Amino acid sequence: MDRPVFQPALEGGSIGRSVPRLEDLPMLTGSGRYAADISFPRELHMRVVRSSHAHGRIVSIDAAGALAVAGCVAVWTSRDVAEIPPIDFRPTRVQGLEPYRQPILARDRVRYVGEPVAVVFAEDPYLAEDAADLVTMEVEELPVLLSADAVPGEFEPGRNTEPAVIRKGYGDVNGAFRAAHTVVELDLAIGRHSGVPLETRGAIARYDEMRDVLELHGATKRPHANRDLLARMLARAPGSIHLYEGHVGGGFGVRGEVYPEDVLVCAAALRLGRPVKWIEDRRENLMACNHSREQRHRVRAAIDAKGRILGIDDEFFHDQGAYVRTHGARVADMTAGMLPGPYRVPAYRAIGHYRLTNKTPAATYRAPGRYEATFVCERLLDAIAAKIGIDRVEARRRNLVPKAEMPYARELDVIDTEVVLDSGDYAGLLDKALTRADWPALQRQLETRRAAGEAVGAGLAFFVEKSGLGPVDGARISMAADGTFDVVTGAASLGQGVETVLAQIAADALGVDYRRVRVIHGHTDRIEQGYGSHASRTTVMTGSAVHIAATKLRENMQPGCSAQGSFKSEHMTYPYGVHIAVVKVDRETGGVVIERYLAAFDIGRAVNPRLVEGQIEGGVVQGLGGALLEEFVYDAQGSPLSVTLADYTMPTACEAPGIAVLLTEDAPSPLNPLGLKGAGEGGVNPVGAVIASAIDDALGVPGAVTRLPVTPPRLVEIMRAERR
Amino acid sequence: MKPPRFHYHDPKTVPEVVGLLKTLPNARMLAGGQSLMPMLNMRLVLPDHLIDLNRVEGLAYIRETGGALEIGAMTRQRELEFSEIVRELCPMMHEAILQVGHRQTRNRGTLGGSLCQLDPSAELVAVAAALDATVAVAGPKGKREIPFSEFPKTYMTPAIEPDELLTGVRFPLWAKNHGHAFVEFARRHGDFAIVSAAALLEEDGGGKIKRASVTLGGVAAAPVRVRELEKAIMGHVASDALFREACEVCRKIEAMQDVHAPSSYRQHLAAVLSRRALEKAHARIGGGRG
Repeated sequence: MDRPVFQPALEGGSIGRSVPRLEDLPMLTGSGRYAADISFPRELHMRVVRSSHAHGRIVSIDAAGALAVAGCVAVWTSRDVAEIPPIDFRPTRVQGLEPYRQPILARDRVRYVGEPVAVVFAEDPYLAEDAADLVTMEVEELPVLLSADAVPGEFEPGRNTEPAVIRKGYGDVNGAFRAAHTVVELDLAIGRHSGVPLETRGAIARYDEMRDVLELHGATKRPHANRDLLARMLARAPGSIHLYEGHVGGGFGVRGEVYPEDVLVCAAALRLGRPVKWIEDRRENLMACNHSREQRHRVRAAIDAKGRILGIDDEFFHDQGAYVRTHGARVADMTAGMLPGPYRVPAYRAIGHYRLTNKTPAATYRAPGRYEATFVCERLLDAIAAKIGIDRVEARRRNLVPKAEMPYARELDVIDTEVVLDSGDYAGLLDKALTRADWPALQRQLETRRAAGEAVGAGLAFFVEKSGLGPVDGARISMAADGTFDVVTGAASLGQGVETVLAQIAADALGVDYRRVRVIHGHTDRIEQGYGSHASRTTVMTGSAVHIAATKLRENMQPGCSAQGSFKSEHMTYPYGVHIAVVKVDRETGGVVIERYLAAFDIGRAVNPRLVEGQIEGGVVQGLGGALLEEFVYDAQGSPLSVTLADYTMPTACEAPGIAVLLTEDAPSPLNPLGLKGAGEGGVNPVGAVIASAIDDALGVPGAVTRLPVTPPRLVEIMRAERR
Repeated sequence: MKPPRFHYHDPKTVPEVVGLLKTLPNARMLAGGQSLMPMLNMRLVLPDHLIDLNRVEGLAYIRETGGALEIGAMTRQRELEFSEIVRELCPMMHEAILQVGHRQTRNRGTLGGSLCQLDPSAELVAVAAALDATVAVAGPKGKREIPFSEFPKTYMTPAIEPDELLTGVRFPLWAKNHGHAFVEFARRHGDFAIVSAAALLEEDGGGKIKRASVTLGGVAAAPVRVRELEKAIMGHVASDALFREACEVCRKIEAMQDVHAPSSYRQHLAAVLSRRALEKAHARIGGGRG
């Protein structure tokens, strides 16, 4: 490919244009550098020996056989890393989580199948695996706990398996239920599934004794925070650890957190004096990388005669798996804080039991807490419609927060920020989506087809997303002699188009071609501070900082000049959307085909509409996985059964429906200079909810779906129960 | 996901392979590798010797001989897919092959590899059972033939000796205007079927069924020829009611269960898919498109 020829700045600015991505060339020409592509001379390969017991006391570990393998350099167990503390979680108001953190190698007890028990270091990955197979352990089995809604068990003497209960709410909930015309009550469950990036995890560490610098390659998402955490654990100065990100084959919340393996390669590089490389295999990935989503909700809503919500009361059980990981109780927190969605809920109470089980530890997966909360909230709205005998659309209209009441403050917090819905025209977007889907005509068509015997139906789900998590982000922009610009940020690239979007924002303020702007991210040695890319924050936070810096530089735009920008935010921005799906159910096999899919989303302001659409389309397909296909299944002994991609079935291009995206910019955020909101999670958020609603409609049975994923055997059971 | 150390052998002739099998302990043969390679990488099989069949001469062919289709063990699934002879003489196999994995896996996967792997859900295994195929094997004592009904020994284990290799398969052909269908239910495109059903039908001049074959894959450890169902429809004029009633017997098959589906769901699918296969096959008798 030719080098780009710079054009004059786009007329009307660079924002809002679906310009081609800057980061594509290496990917399209096969020269991307993923974790496994990174190698250093004299490197050792690490292999993790994992527990095959779901719960037990470690009696002994025997490494003699492994150490006898030629080429095996060292074998470590917890004794060898006793000075390294368990992995910390992000600061939180939730108290009492410390005792439940995961040690980097199991101490005394193993608590899930897949838990790292020992590590082997060898000259090549084959020898490492040969040696790892020879590490034997004796484990005395302990009772296995596999569900969060069962009676809590013992974590260790004096501590049970419920580290915290998340309580949120406001208003007179009991009064609302006393005054209710009717109460609807549901028992709902979301299956255990997660983000499964095509690129598994990888970590390569090397130590340069001369400079006293430890390098870690392979991680992305939140480089600075990970650096600081590693510095604390390894008792080093943060400035003496550098993190570098390469290209990434998917993040989705799970990839780029600090896991035991990241700490182990760093410790080994320091102690063994050689670079250490670890590349996760798929089997490990499916049993050791964060799981997510598994919750059960017992929820009820008090409503008046018109179907208006008077109060919602939710008690839920969050299955955290075996340990508290880096996110602490955030997923349960976000579930409780986001559940009221776009609706006026005068009184609200959520009690979330955050509980440990003997399964893989859980944490955030794209739209954490919201995929779950939207499923629960929208199941409630469908149930309200059925109970009162009104249309599903009308039930939503009667409860949506009106535009006139924006910004709308709720007496709730999410991730320790107050919930203030910053802007929105919910009813307006509902109208636009229904028009785009040609809803009345669609209803008539479906009616005709159902009369002819087909099980077809349409579903609808409204949702509020959150994005732009603070606290702060900075950017430094400088002009070079050749008229190009360097923007140094603390962002990270998850493959979503960070470089393009930030270049567009800079170019827009500078009045130049976006291809003149080079964006640097993911390198902790280039900028003091940064909060990385997660929580749909980068375009909002880093983008605003870039805008501020570029606007300053424009005042004195000469080669050699530079400017800094910083953007602080105490509140998140709240984009919102409506998804509509048409499904056809095979009444005999329980198979579900998605015939049509519309995702309407108000982004506030789209910097690059095509990239936003791509985010939404990818998110929808992931959401379909959780709705129909993906589930981590365990047997009664706690052994994971979904450990290959033949057993953990993710949707592929063949299962993805055509997805229409309706992108609107009706409610720019008042919280930042460009009116930006985040795009990362609006695709996946309501998919479980909308598919449930569509299947109900196809079967003609409101409330039929209470559990995700809706697998064919489950759907056949639902239909069988309905006939009885 | 790295295989343990093994010795690699690259023979060029069948006698060479037989010689190696006779002398080498704990050897595995590598055909298309679509199952064996992942199993090696996951260390589910630990051979000391790997005998690569990919350059052995004379094992890839498709030909018609004496009322049968003869196909070499190392014939790629993709060759079956594009074979005019297969499409014309054995259309059920053509329909089945399109449901085998993905085009990428069919490029490598072979007929013999699939039969020896003997996955209970594999389409080609069900096809061989449905057509009463005969399997040819070569060993130190020469060649012998095994009827496919005796080929599965136990779960995923064929009835061939450790020093034998499968060389070819003979599929007897049905009358020119027979009806055929291969239907399956899988969770995703290209997955192994949860349950598959193969049906073959011939009618006499009066419209009565004079020959029938119904086979279910994915239900039990090996494909199930549903003889009771075949018997129940023989001599009758096809009708929705006939098929529906006759297929109910499939709910009684002792079915396996796994992470994808419980046995009760497989029994249910067995009845549904056998009926659908019969309906489709019946509509195709005499060249109907079904």
